[in-house]
Amino acid sequence: MYGKTYPAVEAEGLRKRFGGATALRGLDLTVPAATIYGLLGPNGAGKTTTVRILATLLRPDGGHAAVLGHDVVREAAAVRRRIALAGQAATVDEDLTGRENLLFVGRLSGLSRSGARARAAELLQAFDLADAGGKPVKAYSGGMRRRLDLAASFIVPAELYFLDEPTTGLDPAARAQVWQIVRAVAQSGSTVLLTTQYLDEADRLADRVAVIGHGTLLAEGTPAALKAEAGKGTLDEVFLALTQDTERGAA
Amino acid sequence: MTAIISGTRPEPPGAWTATLAFGYRAILKVRHVPEQLFDVIAIPVVFTLMFTYLFGGALAGSPGRYLPFLLPGTLVMAVLLVSMYAGIGLNTDVARGITGRFRSLPIWRLAPVAGAVLGDLARYLIAAGLVTALGVIMGYRPPGGAVGTLAGIGLLVAFALCLSWAWTALGLVLRTGQAVMSTGTVVLFPLTLASNVFVQPRTMPGWLQAVVRVNPVSHLVTAERGLLAGHPAPGQIGWVLLAAAVLLAVFAPLTGYLYTRRA
Repeated sequence: MYGKTYPAVEAEGLRKRFGGATALRGLDLTVPAATIYGLLGPNGAGKTTTVRILATLLRPDGGHAAVLGHDVVREAAAVRRRIALAGQAATVDEDLTGRENLLFVGRLSGLSRSGARARAAELLQAFDLADAGGKPVKAYSGGMRRRLDLAASFIVPAELYFLDEPTTGLDPAARAQVWQIVRAVAQSGSTVLLTTQYLDEADRLADRVAVIGHGTLLAEGTPAALKAEAGKGTLDEVFLALTQDTERGAA
Repeated sequence: MTAIISGTRPEPPGAWTATLAFGYRAILKVRHVPEQLFDVIAIPVVFTLMFTYLFGGALAGSPGRYLPFLLPGTLVMAVLLVSMYAGIGLNTDVARGITGRFRSLPIWRLAPVAGAVLGDLARYLIAAGLVTALGVIMGYRPPGGAVGTLAGIGLLVAFALCLSWAWTALGLVLRTGQAVMSTGTVVLFPLTLASNVFVQPRTMPGWLQAVVRVNPVSHLVTAERGLLAGHPAPGQIGWVLLAAAVLLAVFAPLTGYLYTRRA
């Protein structure tokens, strides 16, 4: 459906510091197109920083990254025309209603007034928010808010979706709903890069995962390959082994 | 599930379309959270009522004679106080993380800021309209007529639109919306009180007269009084326009710089 000659993400030696704290210290990452790719790591590992750099919200201090073949710094506008962002790094407006939020993002994505209206109605329906569409987001539950946030990122099709911890704080039913959405998106031929703290989520959902810790890539591969390589039964055990090693290394 | 991804991606919106979308969002916020605006407008409304009926007789012989002097001043006060919201709104957007979504969209970089200023226009007109209406209800008939009144509101709104860039810059520097509000209040209240809004400086001590004379709010109020009274003072109007231009020239680029760095 889209040009797949480029990987969805190709990052080399990404570095980023915030004041005295180093968030990324030379991260390499390659995300093949048309996959669901899981970015795993403990809190503070650099997941959100990575997403923010790839989504053109932050400039890296060093290294470079291309999204769908476009440099995230030099060709930021071209990147923005091809991506969508949801989760921690991007939210909705709490003072507006769900429908108004979608109309607003729709207009900003280039839809006509009537196109945005139609799309908002469609998405409210698809995300089980049709009844709540006229209520201000302030009155939404955590799950409803998350669904609206996701809906906003699907307002126009994108080649690459960044979902930053899309299921954090959701109950199991709401998580399952989000998983279903992510699978549907991947089936349409787009790429999904999602960050998560839930390893079972990555295990069930992602075609490939990258484990990062202290701002570098610790391991990368299919969930099955990572488990086989480490001789562990679950991704949790692989993850613990990898991240504990770096804790020790850093100490 | 089929509805989630649909169609082809449209061309990104132009700068003006994006700015209008942000302006419309600001107006929706007034509709959904009106108390945010009316809390601020309450202050000049209370001052107008209190000074006119409580002190009007003592200050000008009668409340009716004081009101034409006071109302242009409280009009200025209302719009200046409302102008702080540009900074509070922008700060809230950054703090809540919604600017992350804006910046990932293929829109003109400064559309969120330009749209917020456009939304301010609506707020200024509401504030000016309410205070003017209050004056009319209290018996004030601007001698300048409709033309003078509209010209007065126009000049005031133009000044406030330029001043709001100072608040947006402040909103990007300070940590919380609360801090923007308290800093704004700490700046605006002394400027409004130590001016000619309530009384002419004649009876003040010399040092205070000097302060009042250089206070930009005094120039703005004098220009407004002239327009509403039907005797426009070109010197004062020129001074206000120049001050507005300076504010815009300094703070609009500064806001742009801070926004692209921080948001």
